[in-house]
Amino acid sequence: MRILTFLRQVLDAEESVHVSNSVVALENSKLVMDTMDEYGVEEALRLRESGIDAEIVALSVGPARAQDALRTALAMGVDRAIHVETDVKLDAIALSKVVAQVAQQEEVSLILSGGQQADWDSHALGAATAERLNWPQVTWTSALELKGDTLTGKHDVDEGSETFTLELPAVVTTQQGLNEPRYPTLPNIMKSKKKELRKEGLEQFNVTSNLKFTGAEIQVKNRLNKILDGKDVQGAASQLVDLLRNEARVIA
Amino acid sequence: MILVVVEHANGKVSKSTYEMVTVARGLGREGSVTALVLGSAVASVAAEVASAVDQVLVADLPALAQYDPEVWAAAVSQIATEGEAKVVLIGGSRSGREYSPRVAIKLNAPLLEDVISLKANGESFVAEHYTYLARVTETVEATGPVVVSVKPGVFAKGAPRSVAAEQFDVDLNLPSRRLQVTGKTAEKSSRISLSEAEIVVSGGRGVGSAEGFTQYVEGLADRLGAAVGATRAIVDAGWRPYSEQVGQTGKTVQPKVYIAVGISGAVQHLSGMNKSKVIVAINRDAEAPIFKIADYGIVGDVNQLVPAIIDELKK
Repeated sequence: MRILTFLRQVLDAEESVHVSNSVVALENSKLVMDTMDEYGVEEALRLRESGIDAEIVALSVGPARAQDALRTALAMGVDRAIHVETDVKLDAIALSKVVAQVAQQEEVSLILSGGQQADWDSHALGAATAERLNWPQVTWTSALELKGDTLTGKHDVDEGSETFTLELPAVVTTQQGLNEPRYPTLPNIMKSKKKELRKEGLEQFNVTSNLKFTGAEIQVKNRLNKILDGKDVQGAASQLVDLLRNEARVIA
Repeated sequence: MILVVVEHANGKVSKSTYEMVTVARGLGREGSVTALVLGSAVASVAAEVASAVDQVLVADLPALAQYDPEVWAAAVSQIATEGEAKVVLIGGSRSGREYSPRVAIKLNAPLLEDVISLKANGESFVAEHYTYLARVTETVEATGPVVVSVKPGVFAKGAPRSVAAEQFDVDLNLPSRRLQVTGKTAEKSSRISLSEAEIVVSGGRGVGSAEGFTQYVEGLADRLGAAVGATRAIVDAGWRPYSEQVGQTGKTVQPKVYIAVGISGAVQHLSGMNKSKVIVAINRDAEAPIFKIADYGIVGDVNQLVPAIIDELKK
């Protein structure tokens, strides 16, 4: 079988965000593979290590720099990578059209991708891709097992979690808690340099975004930052309660 | 027509549904507001929502007893197509955000995700939503019809109408389920729910143990009539159920006051609570990021400070 792991390169969550001219400026910031997607790459590798005969292909759609994230995936153990190179910002619905077409061309039967993008805060890609392929989906997985074409596992729902079973082909979205992604070892980094990283253009996918992005703004709520020293336990406790009762007026 | 897909639980209309009705009314001239109730044994839900909208469509079917993304997407897109809906509003819950992309693709419509504002502007719609783990507000524009998921807890509930809307039963062509649910761990809590609470007390690793959580976080919450929240780390450690998790992979809350006990403030946690009106932090480490977004705080020992605060609240 063939597994497709979709991944994006995003701002490292620990970095602060800068906006200039109504867009988020990423120059001079540390960019990494989206950690949500990284769980998908790791899970693909683990499924294979559990004895499944699978080729693992990583896909990313984005500017030239996105190949760094694909290189990381190759160094983790993915077999080959496809980079659809474009500077066009595609929303998740548009992007899913590219992912679905690559999945068909590559004849994959399982797609893994992150449950929420760390830059767009979007949940839509997995479900949108599944819909385009007319495949079932399972989102926010926290455990996965594959036997033949049957996928079983556990995933989070509105309240609590569910165990499930599902026949491939399917789209699965991943999250923190599913696994602990490995660090690429030096020999694997060296080996990965010989692996295929194929470049494609966006034109062939016939895709345009139906969303116009017209602005981005960092809205910082001004916080009072009245921080008390807790060495005097009674004093600090009484002062805090007084502030919440009589200044903020948020408690009775 | 503006279609609102009703979110409900235990025979009651969820607060998020009324919030969506507010969004629909805010679009003004775009047409009547139609509620769609999907479920099994949902007569009470249909009757309740009738006081808020212009028309209620009800699909009360055994096949809809349990949510499924493909079944819900098929039902909603069928009704939206038949009614030529200009706008389809879906709750920004985990499930709503899971099936709404499928609806958008079936309708060949743009998806506006997790919006915090929505305005009609001629033929197009302008929406705001958070990006970068809720640190940036992005504005997007799309030409209708549009599918929209609405962030819970942002919009106010409108006043009920004097006349109850008429109810109509609808027929649906539903696909079979491909995702088979084999077990459920519903984490029910007797407490007030996180998304509806005005006060939230949350705990992180700094509470020391599951017992510490019960003593300090639940103790303080009981005193204040607050909901209880937790960080990912302590949910993963098994101290608390997933239903209490606040943050990127848990719930998003916007209470009147959020009290963070022993929480250092990883960006993933902050993204779930940084829009709270007042933020209070109690933590041992003065350098913890939580203090940067706190209105009030105490640097010190949770074990001593929280009992002292509880005593003070009794006065």
